[in-house]
Amino acid sequence: MKMSRVPRRALHRLAFAAACGAPHAAHAAFQWNFPEPVTPIARDTLKIHNEFMTVITALFVVVFAIMIYSMIKHRKGADHPPAKFTGPSGKLQWFWTLVPFAILLFIDFVLMGVPAVEAVVNMEDTQNKADMVLKVTGMQWKWQYEYPDAGVKYISTLATPRDQIENQAPKDEHYLLEVDNPVVLPVGKKVRVLITSTDVIHTWWVPQFGVKRDAIPGFLRETWLRIDKPGIYRGQCAELCGKDHGFMPVVVKAVPEPEYLAWLDQKKAEAAAAASSSDRVWTKEELIDKGKEVYGRICMACHQPEGRGLPPTFPPLAGSKIVNGPLLSAEGRIIRDSHVDRVMNGKAGTAMQPFKNLLTDLEIASVITYERNSFGNARGDMIQPAQIRSLRQEKL
Amino acid sequence: MNTATTTIPVAGAHHGDHHGHHQPSGVLRWITTTNHKDIGTMYLTFALIMFFVGGLMILAVRVELFQPGLQLMRPEFFNQLIGVHALVMIFAALMPAATGFANWQIPLMIGAPDMALPRVNNWGFWLLPPAALLLTLPFVLSLFGIGDGALATGWTMYAPLSVQGGFGVDFAIFAVHLLGVSSILGSINIIVTIFNMRAPGMTMMKLPLFAWGWLITAFLLIATIPVLAGAVTMLLADRHFGTHFFSAAGGGDPILFQHLFWFFGHPEVYILLLPVWGLMPHVISTFSRKPIYGYKAQVYAFMAIGVLSVVVWAHHFFTVGMPTPALIYFMFATMSISLPLAVLFFCWIATMWRGAISFETPMLFALGFIVLFGIAGLTGLVLADVAADAQYHHSYFVVAHFHYALFAGGIMGVMTGVYYWLPKWTGRMYSERLGKLHFWLTAISFNLTFMPQFFLGLAGMPRRIPDYALQFAEFNAISTVGAFVLGFSQLIFAWNVWQCAKGGAKAPAKAWEGASGLEWELSSPPPYHSWETQPQVA
Ligand code: HEC
Ligand SMILES: [Cu+2]
Ligand SMILES: [Cu+2]
Repeated sequence: MKMSRVPRRALHRLAFAAACGAPHAAHAAFQWNFPEPVTPIARDTLKIHNEFMTVITALFVVVFAIMIYSMIKHRKGADHPPAKFTGPSGKLQWFWTLVPFAILLFIDFVLMGVPAVEAVVNMEDTQNKADMVLKVTGMQWKWQYEYPDAGVKYISTLATPRDQIENQAPKDEHYLLEVDNPVVLPVGKKVRVLITSTDVIHTWWVPQFGVKRDAIPGFLRETWLRIDKPGIYRGQCAELCGKDHGFMPVVVKAVPEPEYLAWLDQKKAEAAAAASSSDRVWTKEELIDKGKEVYGRICMACHQPEGRGLPPTFPPLAGSKIVNGPLLSAEGRIIRDSHVDRVMNGKAGTAMQPFKNLLTDLEIASVITYERNSFGNARGDMIQPAQIRSLRQEKL
Repeated sequence: MNTATTTIPVAGAHHGDHHGHHQPSGVLRWITTTNHKDIGTMYLTFALIMFFVGGLMILAVRVELFQPGLQLMRPEFFNQLIGVHALVMIFAALMPAATGFANWQIPLMIGAPDMALPRVNNWGFWLLPPAALLLTLPFVLSLFGIGDGALATGWTMYAPLSVQGGFGVDFAIFAVHLLGVSSILGSINIIVTIFNMRAPGMTMMKLPLFAWGWLITAFLLIATIPVLAGAVTMLLADRHFGTHFFSAAGGGDPILFQHLFWFFGHPEVYILLLPVWGLMPHVISTFSRKPIYGYKAQVYAFMAIGVLSVVVWAHHFFTVGMPTPALIYFMFATMSISLPLAVLFFCWIATMWRGAISFETPMLFALGFIVLFGIAGLTGLVLADVAADAQYHHSYFVVAHFHYALFAGGIMGVMTGVYYWLPKWTGRMYSERLGKLHFWLTAISFNLTFMPQFFLGLAGMPRRIPDYALQFAEFNAISTVGAFVLGFSQLIFAWNVWQCAKGGAKAPAKAWEGASGLEWELSSPPPYHSWETQPQVA
């Protein structure tokens, strides 16, 4: 953070934000309770929440009414001398002293406890009669969604343009809660959601579903949902996961089953097309074009526009030794710590993850080619999707 | 201590009244002092300074959150501010303030000449400034292009995010170690003092409640700080020495860190609050002109809360996914804390009941504390419910809840104590007018800041985000305005304390009409060595 540059620019931005920022879009201002629930769990939770809030408000009012009564009635000058008692005396006083605790015990363990236990048991019942499985993988700072039964998987990232975040353009209605590829789910089906992460802990949260579950690297956690109503539901990552924690929304599109199946077929066809794209030879220009798109979607959050990086945490790619190093060995194999190695296998212990399992052959080939021929890097070489496909088998 | 002679030699001082002649003066006096009052003053001053440091950090955050969009800072820097704010406020403001109280008040209240281990006491304090430096230095270094700034993981330092982080994490780890050692030294000193230096006739069941609260705190610190120290050391090893405690790839488990952290972290809440709960009854009784109600019940409630506090930690991470029986156990264990807590509320209000109540500044703060801390307790009760917690957790609801607990419960509790004992410490009265102004501004702006955060959380705003969706704009703007009023109101407090120390009206030994307790029998300010002749307690 360059502090010296802050004040003037910041003031300017504040003024701009105040002028054209928040209030113009149609949104629910002053929303102060849970959004409308659309799953059984969310309805349970809202009901419990409303009940509990009523109970504690009542407790609050009663207790502090007594206190305020005392403050007025027993104030100095309200002519009576202060009493001297230091505890209950006599059976009757003991009785009245213990009554509030009996009431509290009842509230804790019966009034609140019983419905809470029921709701928890329901919430944890992930496996009974699940109709389908959705696998969610959190990664810095995007979500990958996988439909294991259909063999479909893809990455979902923030779609809000940079200039809206930087206050250079008016913010649209779903500012920060919009993605390029939403999750699509059928309504009325019990979806078992498996959740994990590739790097740090994230949390998958959609308030209208009433589910929030941590994505933990190396472990699989689960929850479930059954959406009653078609619609678009928005949420966010809820566990601090680094720089762009505030910029990895969750968007779920719930549709009737036939529509869902049609969408799934279309996704399958896209996957097949992507696989066959590895069969043909691509020109350098095509790869650079495609690579630019992949870079903006996947890599730019860390390596920044123009490959500037954010040193020392995220290295620049402009002028990087690795990017400007050799592509493959003479025998056409991966060189350890080379550009191809870094992109495919990542680097353990850093935010640079192995992209081998996240991106298609075409995406990997194109982004590598793009990086070697942009940001002032001028290697001039390129790598084909077909080469990536065969390199995937390789063990370093 | 059970002999008939009640005069005992002052630790390390055989020179009676003439202490002044052998003491270094100026800065050296403060560096080498072993006097409980000097050290108490240093703790309190340090706490006040760090309170403003932590406050400035969070005001910058609130400016960023005033409107949607990124205006003031980059997200990386935002993440550093929120985490360091929390560490500073908890470890460098609230805890030292409580230790400052202990230093000043425990010897005065139990009739002891000083703390039992004066040199340990000096060390306990002087570990704090280097720790504060370690926490904040990475900010400065990054200005000069060295490193990527301070700890950016939030104060919870969850692995693997903290394994990934820059050297700010290492600085924070060492700071935590220093702060931990300091707390343990302080705790040992307090325990030894309370067990061995009470005035003759003061049995444990006559010990002032403030000392009782601190005693339980001290045991909790000794029980839990080593666990935190262990956890951050494991983190250090994962970062630099190739271990895999928290990495699944190497057979470890990231959630292990959360268990260890919150095994410390939950009791920490009570560590911060027990000294305040201890001083409340004294203040309420003084201004109600009536003896403390339910002394024994309060002592047992302290003990019960102390014990319960170490068996409920997992309610801080219900969303990680746990076996259902574990969820249900932690839910009910947490809810059961409401019972001893209710005992305390009951006793506070019963102490007022049929008294002759007057509303000087300490009493106003005490009453404000009771009401606002009540909100913390009640929202804590609903947070314990696993099903609803799925919505509350990681959201602004939690942020609001723990600020009701730690600002209204902690900081306002500390202010209660400062206003109450300031005449004793300085021998002078503060300005009631400014004190009342400070109270009302604080109470109103506090609610303006944090009440909207409950609503934000319920509406679905996650915590720790530098930018947010448009439906959260209005409440965030209100909260920022509140935060600024709250922050600036604290300047009144600093000014009032300063003016009082410089030249307020003279305070009598017993500064409050209704006060009782040994500390009010000594002059205001008390002599340099407190009770050279121990009083006899009936
Ligand atoms: C979550 C942040 C993040 C994302 C997203 C990311 N990287 Fe990285 N990348 C890193 C980090 C951190 C390093 C430095 C690793 C190290 O310490 O060697 C790195 C290093 C690299 C390097 C080596 C640069 C050098 O000089 O050391 C290349 C090449 C690279 N990344 C390419 C990519 C590509 C291509 C993508 C997108 C497909 C991408 N990265 C996405 C964080 C990221
Ligand atoms: Cu995340
Ligand atoms: Cu996150």
